[in-house]
Amino acid sequence: MSRGVRSGLFLVSAAGLTALLLWAVAGLPDFGHYRGPYGKVLNSVAVGERHTTNVVAAVVFDYRGVDTMGEEFILFASVMGVALLLRNPHRERRQVPARIQSDAVRLAGIGFAAGLLVLGLYVVAHGYLTPGGGFQGGVVLASAFVLVYLAGDYHAYRSLSPTPAIDVVGATGAGGYTVVGIVSLLLGSAFLHNFGPLGTTGKLASGGSIPFLNVASALEVSAAFVLLFSEFLDELVVRPEARSQ
Amino acid sequence: MIPLQAAIIGLVAAGALAVVVTRDLVRLTMASSLYALLLVVLFLVFQAPDVALSELVVGAVGFPLVIVVAVVLERGR
Repeated sequence: MSRGVRSGLFLVSAAGLTALLLWAVAGLPDFGHYRGPYGKVLNSVAVGERHTTNVVAAVVFDYRGVDTMGEEFILFASVMGVALLLRNPHRERRQVPARIQSDAVRLAGIGFAAGLLVLGLYVVAHGYLTPGGGFQGGVVLASAFVLVYLAGDYHAYRSLSPTPAIDVVGATGAGGYTVVGIVSLLLGSAFLHNFGPLGTTGKLASGGSIPFLNVASALEVSAAFVLLFSEFLDELVVRPEARSQ
Repeated sequence: MIPLQAAIIGLVAAGALAVVVTRDLVRLTMASSLYALLLVVLFLVFQAPDVALSELVVGAVGFPLVIVVAVVLERGR
């Protein structure tokens, strides 16, 4: 195909695409005029039905809990794939010297990591009351571990996140979510249907089975991200000649 | 659309352009991290704090970290 034909073909397709795109944008609802019915319905019924003040959490862990389970297992499977590809039991590790020599950076790092850990736990625990939840809190928790690596060194990071413990935490989270669903089945309702006392709206003890699913997803997500970071950081401390084998 | 929303949409557009035109990989990591921070502000301005929290950690911390490690590995070869 010559250059002229190519650019001609491109111009025709680009013009067609632009026209279709403009047509589609012109048909969008006006700015701020949401047309979907489900959002309005959920906003009006969720607090009364589930006693959770964060409607997003009620949707994610209750009304569409099965979707969230699928998402969790997508994360689980992809991190497992990364671990399978990158983990090599035969490689030699070289001694990595502590890179950060500044006491001020270490001290600030420890302070921030501790604060981030508390923030993560808070975001998880109040997931169904205020914005946040298992996924968001889980990744905040995982990033606290990364901060330990950044401000401290690799060994401090690894001793805080031993791989067997991370594996167990991740599996507990992924399995626990399914177990909550099976408990719903045993109680005679649909899979992942909310059970348990709904509690007082606005208190930590509310939402029925939502807190359990929330904690299960927090365990799974934080473990998945810590494992992902560990596998990538492991690559940095492998001898180059061992890696090429 | 209030001015704050218009301003952050403009900033996000500028950030997206910066990510696309950056060629150096390390700079690209920083650019995409800053772009993620702009997206966080966008989500906050449009009252989606749940999404903002996820984007904050995944886009501004997790994704750049993985890319930086990959770049360091590639340069060590």
